[in-house]
Amino acid sequence: MEKGGGTAGEQSPQRVLIFSTVFISDVGIDLAGSSHMRYPPSSIAIPLPCSSGIKPEWILYALQHGFDGVFIAADGTDCPFVPDCTSRTAKIVDDGQKLLIEHDIKPERLKMAAVCSVCAEPFVKHMKNFQESLKKLGPTQGAD
Amino acid sequence: MSERRIGVYICYCGGNISDFVEVEKVRDAIENEEGVKVAKTTMFACSDAAQQEMINDIHEHKLDGLVVASCSPTLHTFTFRGVAERAGLNPYQYVQVNVREQVSWAHTDLKEQATEKAIYMVKAGIAKVRLTQPLKKTRIDTVPRTLVIGAGISGLRAAIAHSDLGISAFVIEKSDRIGGWVSEFGKMYPHNRLGSDLITELSEEIKKRENIHIYTEAEILTKSGSVGDFDVKIKVKNEEISLNVGSIIVATGFVSYQPSEGEYAYGADGVLTLPDFKELIDNSKGEIIYQGKPVKNVTYIYCVGSRDSSGEKGHAYCSRYCCNAAIHASLVANDISSELNQFHIYRDIRTYGKYELLYREALQNGAIFIKFDEASPPRVEKSNGRFNVQVKDVLTFGEEIEIESDLVVLVTAMEPRENKAMNDVLKLPVSLDGFFKEIHPKLRPVETVIDGVLIAGTSQAPRNSAESVAMSLAATSKSASLLMKGYVELEPLIAMVNEDTCVWCGKCSEACPYSAIEKISSGEKEIAAINTAQCKGCGCCVPVCPENALAIKGYTDEQIRAMIDAMEVLL
Repeated sequence: MEKGGGTAGEQSPQRVLIFSTVFISDVGIDLAGSSHMRYPPSSIAIPLPCSSGIKPEWILYALQHGFDGVFIAADGTDCPFVPDCTSRTAKIVDDGQKLLIEHDIKPERLKMAAVCSVCAEPFVKHMKNFQESLKKLGPTQGAD
Repeated sequence: MSERRIGVYICYCGGNISDFVEVEKVRDAIENEEGVKVAKTTMFACSDAAQQEMINDIHEHKLDGLVVASCSPTLHTFTFRGVAERAGLNPYQYVQVNVREQVSWAHTDLKEQATEKAIYMVKAGIAKVRLTQPLKKTRIDTVPRTLVIGAGISGLRAAIAHSDLGISAFVIEKSDRIGGWVSEFGKMYPHNRLGSDLITELSEEIKKRENIHIYTEAEILTKSGSVGDFDVKIKVKNEEISLNVGSIIVATGFVSYQPSEGEYAYGADGVLTLPDFKELIDNSKGEIIYQGKPVKNVTYIYCVGSRDSSGEKGHAYCSRYCCNAAIHASLVANDISSELNQFHIYRDIRTYGKYELLYREALQNGAIFIKFDEASPPRVEKSNGRFNVQVKDVLTFGEEIEIESDLVVLVTAMEPRENKAMNDVLKLPVSLDGFFKEIHPKLRPVETVIDGVLIAGTSQAPRNSAESVAMSLAATSKSASLLMKGYVELEPLIAMVNEDTCVWCGKCSEACPYSAIEKISSGEKEIAAINTAQCKGCGCCVPVCPENALAIKGYTDEQIRAMIDAMEVLL
């Protein structure tokens, strides 16, 4: 795979698994593509119904199986299911980071941000910034 | 080896995908994946010919799983579920992989990487399909009746529209009369018809119809059942009545922002909210008289309670209706007394669309518009029975202007109505602003996550009466499309409980926003059980279970891990 995850010639793409949400953030990620905004192709989304339903174990599993970072594209205040989705998802991130620490993985490899259905630009920015911060950490190879 | 028989179709999308992804290379990379029996590329997967080819393949190769790698699932999930169903394949054994919006269009300059990403994603899709189970929708016969909550203009119009379609409507109204805000209004924009006339007209229409039943001083007490077949209990005065309805339209309206004592001198005689001012001019003839004195100068202060999250009571949102309503009120006032001097102190004028004509007319009538900055709001002081309004005019570079006024009109925000008792029953999501929340503002603008419960009017967001009626008719269309078919099918992608590992701790029930999890006895122990009609498949119960006993169908542990594994191989 071409390294750099964004422009040809760069080194070491950091592999990011995105947990997106069917009704909200996946629509925002689609909009980024429809608008031909570029973000690293080493970022791949698995859509779920709601970010409050993500299991911390999935985050650990992804980081132990080939991904360098996990980005939760949360519903935030736009969640159609629960008004307190942000705090519920934040709790999952908190639990997830504790789990990562227990398994010698740096908690910075997990990031969460609300991505609304028209948040194409912020999403792309998050992807680029996360890619940069992951580059500093280097690949996980299952543990840090 | 998997015994599954999966068909995979990768779409060119006429070049939208294939210009940036080597589609044939993707096919070559996945054709030997475990369980894949058919792997094809197609110019347009959604075309009739391609759909028929899939159906033929499903029959010929006895396929029991289908993957289509094409555009966003928001566009064609139902198209390909339909293909599966027509071929006799369970539609929930189909997975759509988005290689257009999330691959080809996002990585137009990196064909090689885009192709590899598409390969990962298709492999993950295959891995997910491999672990699918046939799922069955729950079919529920619908009853051709609706419950409309709120008898304002939106609720009444929705009731009449349902009646037109042959669907009975029960309208419940908390107050002792119908018509809501509009029944109290005089001239309304843009047509200058009296609000009270509009309500009378709707009321006369309702009297002609036998299939509309109105209950005033009524509220909802309980709701059970599901979309298409709700049992609701309402309280009308002191009597309880049971109703069986197929849908519920929530049109509970708004309340007007009540300024704090002293906010722009509010509380002093002569400082009025916009609804109070409308009432004054609606009752004025020849000239405007306030407390026995003729009114010569009126100053309007805009955005009171709107676009301001700094104070205790203000709202961050724009209330949207108020620029138009205030300018229209000033035109009505001008019609009553053309000698009136009117000053509009605004932050921004948002007379969108055709309402721009109101703004132009006000200018032509000689109204003065003065723009203030949010950081430097106007000040109102009362002296000698009149008001001195001081404002820094942004458009003249901060010039201090003082306006002597007989009346100060605060152009007040729309606020969400307090609906706690009702919403304890309906359990509708509420936005941070406090209004009821739709599933998606553009794609599903009147639906809530509670199937069969629709929202309309200003219960959803600030808007004017025309927009409110438009949304109530949209909700009616959605309601009728559910009820006139005669049955609905509930999505099976909901929570499930592993009865072997569940030990009932109750955490899932606490986390569930829909009260869809209850305790039942199973043999010698107690376990959680999912109410399939109530569960919306959000998954909030899943991460809180300490025994790992809960999952959402279609998003199980095994499926998520298999998808990650499928991508690890290539990474």
